[in-house]
Amino acid sequence: MKIAVCIKRVPDQDVRFKIAPGAKSIDEAGLKFDLSDFDGYAAEVAIQITEKAGAGEVTVISLGPDAVQETLRKALSMGAHRAVQLKHDAAVHDGNAIAAALAAELKAGGYDLILTGRMAVDTQNRSVGAQLAEKLGVAYIGAITQLDVTTGMVKARRELEGAYELVECALPAVLSIDEGIARARYPSLKGIMAAKKKPMDVKPAQLGEQRYTLDSVELPAERAAGRIIGEGADAVPELVRLLKEEAKVL
Amino acid sequence: MTNVFAFAESRLGNIRRASLEAVTAARQVADQTGGQVHAMLAGGPGIGAHAAKLAAHGADVVIVLEDVGFRHYNPEALVATIAARLGGGSTGYRAAFFSASAQGHDLVARTAARMGLPYASDVTEFTIGADSATAKHPGYTNKVLQNFTLKGALAIISLRAGAVLPKESPKTGTVEPISSAVDPASVRVKVTATEASGGAKLDLGEAPVIVSGGRGLKEAANFTLVEDLAAAFGNAAVGATRAVTDDGWRPHSDQIGQTGRLVSPDLYVACGISGAIQHLAGMRTAKTIVAINKDREAPIFKVADYGIVGDVLQVLPVLTEAVRKAKNG
Ligand SMILES: Cc1cc2nc3c(=O)[nH]c(=O)nc-3n(C[C@H](O)[C@H](O)[C@H](O)COP(=O)(O)OP(=O)(O)OC[C@H]3O[C@@H](n4cnc5c(N)ncnc54)[C@H](O)[C@@H]3O)c2cc1C
Ligand SMILES: Nc1ncnc2c1ncn2[C@@H]1O[C@H](COP(=O)(O)O)[C@@H](O)[C@H]1O
Repeated sequence: MKIAVCIKRVPDQDVRFKIAPGAKSIDEAGLKFDLSDFDGYAAEVAIQITEKAGAGEVTVISLGPDAVQETLRKALSMGAHRAVQLKHDAAVHDGNAIAAALAAELKAGGYDLILTGRMAVDTQNRSVGAQLAEKLGVAYIGAITQLDVTTGMVKARRELEGAYELVECALPAVLSIDEGIARARYPSLKGIMAAKKKPMDVKPAQLGEQRYTLDSVELPAERAAGRIIGEGADAVPELVRLLKEEAKVL
Repeated sequence: MTNVFAFAESRLGNIRRASLEAVTAARQVADQTGGQVHAMLAGGPGIGAHAAKLAAHGADVVIVLEDVGFRHYNPEALVATIAARLGGGSTGYRAAFFSASAQGHDLVARTAARMGLPYASDVTEFTIGADSATAKHPGYTNKVLQNFTLKGALAIISLRAGAVLPKESPKTGTVEPISSAVDPASVRVKVTATEASGGAKLDLGEAPVIVSGGRGLKEAANFTLVEDLAAAFGNAAVGATRAVTDDGWRPHSDQIGQTGRLVSPDLYVACGISGAIQHLAGMRTAKTIVAINKDREAPIFKVADYGIVGDVLQVLPVLTEAVRKAKNG
């Protein structure tokens, strides 16, 4: 089975972000970057499928500046077989344009499965997977929490709000992976060594027209500092009073 | 005159609150442009019975697609039908509103891609101008707000739950029956079952109150204390931390945080939750946060408007009783 996994390089989210001068982007100074959480799950799912079958190939692909090579290399050290960088230095926000560039690279590849994350944790768009499927003209199942890929068929479970769906389709398909199927493994020393010799192609990204553009970024209002109102069950009457009179939620 | 489209999401024959939000948003825009609101409802036989509700929230026309092939969510046939409607003929839509729900996300993104239109996902605020639109959309686990422009004559927007509150604005709601643009049985992607995940009665994305439990509850059975408090509020959903969903105490769909749901309720009650950064990422935009934790140093107290230091197993039953009294009295 030939599998492609779309991975994005994103800043670690465990920080207080700052806005860069001009307010067109966050200040990236001092931030650590890694592959987006869900893309790590997607890469793990792909690698496990080929490991179980003892056959097949996993290609990881990322659109972005040269820094994405580090992220691609990490996926190679987890066990992916080859990597493709679609080089583009400026930030792109239009999901259609990103999907068009990914599709241009993937369409002739003969992939049975193309995996994406449920969302990139920086854009929070949850759109590129579906847009990619549309550009490729293949089936799409989004936000999958349980997955069974057997001969030519995908059976998946996906969570809705307070409910779930069971969904199936034939291959080829684009699937977006939610949490719950697999956690990304930590690369082993052996994996890291092997990754150095794996192929990494660099090609210019063929972005389509961008009609969704970023004007500015801002920080949301700060929360007031926390306040402890009391200890144990004795504090309950005061809490209820505050919920009624101050927060007005009761 | 410029019309505005709204997609009314339904599940197993019931329309969802999010659909009323989409129609209300469309009404706001149409009142500015002087156009009509066309709301589309799709489902199995009988779904058309909800048309009146959409009319009450501002739909001039309710487009009804009633077909057994739409009893479950049918993404491919829906995309084809919506794209045909938005793209074709004299309807001249200026904007199309959808819900940023699990179904909405893949439906809208695919529709926008098919039509080559700009798409703003999970939007909290918007403006619709003559030939461009703007949208505010939180990113970076809700820590950064991003402002976008959508260029072109038709803006596609999915709305975050609660961004626009349903508002009544009665219109005629002329019913226009349509059929699917493609045979709904001919599609590649088939939903074979839709089931409630049990537990929470209210949806996390829609409930004004969320009562959430963490590992401090000690065992799965103690989640009944969380459910009891949610029931006492009457308008609450139940959430959980990853520690709890990992252990299988609760389904993954209840998880709140960086890799779970991102929620902004009016009130969030954190019970036995430490307040790890990945959990805070999902709930720190709640209007009011209450925390109950036995450890005075737990990071959750840094964001809690009202913190109680104590044993959650003892505090919860007392709080439940007090909330029940406050609600009834
Ligand atoms: C990539 C990544 C993504 C993640 N995504 C998420 C996510 O989406 N959502 C999420 O929640 N987590 C996420 N996590 C996990 C997160 O880091 C924490 O491990 C998790 O949130 C902890 O859950 P908890 O608060 O229930 O458990 P703990 O951290 O174990 O806290 C339990 C708390 O209960 C208190 N307690 C114990 N007994 C009592 C008692 N009797 N009465 C009152 N209080 C008591 C303790 O003082 C403690 O503060 C993620 C982690 C990673 C690495
Ligand atoms: N620049 C990119 N390079 C590779 N894959 C991407 C890129 N942007 C988005 N994706 C994929 O699309 C998914 C959804 O992204 P988004 O729609 O931005 O939330 C991500 O989880 C990735 O799998």
